[in-house]
Amino acid sequence: MTTFLQLLFNGVALGCVYALIALGFTAIHRASNVINFAQGAFLLLGAYLVSTAAVDHGFPFPLAVILGLVAMVVIGIVFQMLILRRVQGQPAFTVVMITIGLNIIIVALVSALFGNAERGNGVGDPWGNTGVHLGSVVLLWVKVWTIVVTAAILLGFFVFDRYTRYGLATRATAIDEEAALAAGIPVRRVNAIAWGLAGALATVAGIFLSGSPNVLDPSIGDIALLAFPAIIIGGLDSPIGAVVGGLVIGLVYELFDGYSSSVPWLGHNFYSIAPYIVMIAVLLVKPYGLFGRPPAERV
Amino acid sequence: MAVSTSPQPSRISRPSPGTVAIVLLLLAACTLPFVLDAFWLSTADFILIAAIGALGLNVLTGYTGQVSLGHAFFLGIGAYTAAFLADHGVNAALWIPGAGVAAGLVGLLVGPTALRLRGLYLAIVTIGLVFLGTHLFVNIPAITGGPAGRATPQPMWGPADFGGNGLTIAGVSFDRNGCYYFLALTLLALSMWFVHNLMRTRSGRAMQAVRDREIAAALMGVNLARTKLAAFVVSSFLAGLCGALYGAFLFHVDPSQWGLLLSIQFVAIIIVGGIGTVWGALLGSVFITGLPTLLIHYSDSVPFLQHSAGQGGIAVSDATNLLYGLLIVVFLVVEPRGLIGLVARAAGSITHRRRTAAVAVHPSPLVEE
Repeated sequence: MTTFLQLLFNGVALGCVYALIALGFTAIHRASNVINFAQGAFLLLGAYLVSTAAVDHGFPFPLAVILGLVAMVVIGIVFQMLILRRVQGQPAFTVVMITIGLNIIIVALVSALFGNAERGNGVGDPWGNTGVHLGSVVLLWVKVWTIVVTAAILLGFFVFDRYTRYGLATRATAIDEEAALAAGIPVRRVNAIAWGLAGALATVAGIFLSGSPNVLDPSIGDIALLAFPAIIIGGLDSPIGAVVGGLVIGLVYELFDGYSSSVPWLGHNFYSIAPYIVMIAVLLVKPYGLFGRPPAERV
Repeated sequence: MAVSTSPQPSRISRPSPGTVAIVLLLLAACTLPFVLDAFWLSTADFILIAAIGALGLNVLTGYTGQVSLGHAFFLGIGAYTAAFLADHGVNAALWIPGAGVAAGLVGLLVGPTALRLRGLYLAIVTIGLVFLGTHLFVNIPAITGGPAGRATPQPMWGPADFGGNGLTIAGVSFDRNGCYYFLALTLLALSMWFVHNLMRTRSGRAMQAVRDREIAAALMGVNLARTKLAAFVVSSFLAGLCGALYGAFLFHVDPSQWGLLLSIQFVAIIIVGGIGTVWGALLGSVFITGLPTLLIHYSDSVPFLQHSAGQGGIAVSDATNLLYGLLIVVFLVVEPRGLIGLVARAAGSITHRRRTAAVAVHPSPLVEE
């Protein structure tokens, strides 16, 4: 039982990180109908920027986080304005491949600038390897913070989405870009905001992924790949779906990690592909995810 | 009243300029092994082998419009099938096509599930396929050698020994690289000829119709499921062929090779070369496959470039990745038709037939949702 509760807690914490990444995917997909394959690279770059500021330059951790967030928002917006605007109106595949190219570029840059060695201090967070003990279940501070901050961000996102002009504009753009344009909605600005938002969300996810007791190395960018099943399970267009999908993936990952040694026939490291299996199972039943809607078609 | 019509030009006596060009190109290609040194010849081998796989991806993604990031999985299937068959004493004349057939069968098995999904959903599910594949490859050590990988058997036909001595015919000797060169060249030429003709048949036209407008194609009587599946199977077959050659040429394969990065490389090849064109696969392969080799070869003479990280410069692997990331972005933004598009433009400006040249190549052909 203790093991189960511990795994449950870890799973929810990990699921929150995936939910943040998935929310970034969803924000961009709703505004511009593409998937940002560079989300993993954003996460990586964000974490490295915070780490550089906090560990190398000795900024206080909260200031470093703010600097990292601002930098990533700017990078997201600049990328959207400089590159993606030039291919607006082209097939989604073109844009997706550009983001794959961007992903390769950023990962190579990070590796060239910071080296491949892991940074033992992570992002220089103040939590250390400490936590609260509830019975024999350990709640690490970094995970507690992950859950609290994610909950706050999600709340903020839904308030933004539901009650602000830009939230409304984003929803209108998601439903029909041309109609939104015709109604005078600044679709370009909506797009830019979505990319900035995705950069910020990725940075937060990166900070929590590389906070103690974890370390920071270039491989954490690959973690965003596991957020793909999350958005697919939830449905690309649905923020609620992103959160549910993220939590499902986090729980599946941790539970299989904890228990797969008792089912040896599944093979080594089965937990790392379990999310994909869940994703395929969901898609067999609901091809557009649990909360997604099939697009309307016309000739 | 008799109307005099000019006689149909006889195809037999006067080959078209295209045919002449292709024959000349093939002849030139055949002389390459005699002029290149071992290093460049092995690079040429990699280029030809990768072009076969890229051609396969072009059938699925370029001609049929189904974006797949799962190509590496089928290459892996091909490589391991080839090794498995060769282990059991099957001749290379059978295990090379056998690898293609096995990959095609796996495509036939996976296809109906994957192809229910469209656009980006398909792309992501095929990423899942790559991860599942890597997991399988790691966990079937009897065939794949487990995480450490395995040695791959070499083709052997009578006097032709691809593993070591190569082949000597009538005093002319080819080393291992030369043998692989001609094998890959033959298979690539056959595949290109096949795909070129396939795209002019009923099924090929159906594939392109599905790419251009799925619903319109369905309304005109194209069976969407069957057409997509056919493209998937052809694509997997060519990937398997490519995987068999690639694995054998490398001497040793391990499961980590068949990862997402390899899939992305193939997508990069067809983007840079030209999406939905037969020659684009080869042109793109020259660029994307040749580039890393070029950089490694000249890393000593390029400033700031180091063989490995941490020596105060940019590591070669980082520089290659940086370059081909940039290539993908630049081509998609500036010339979405790829190198083929550049060639068409150049030809157009030389012959002042810009319009014809522009029509001859599909503008970025992928239509989504």
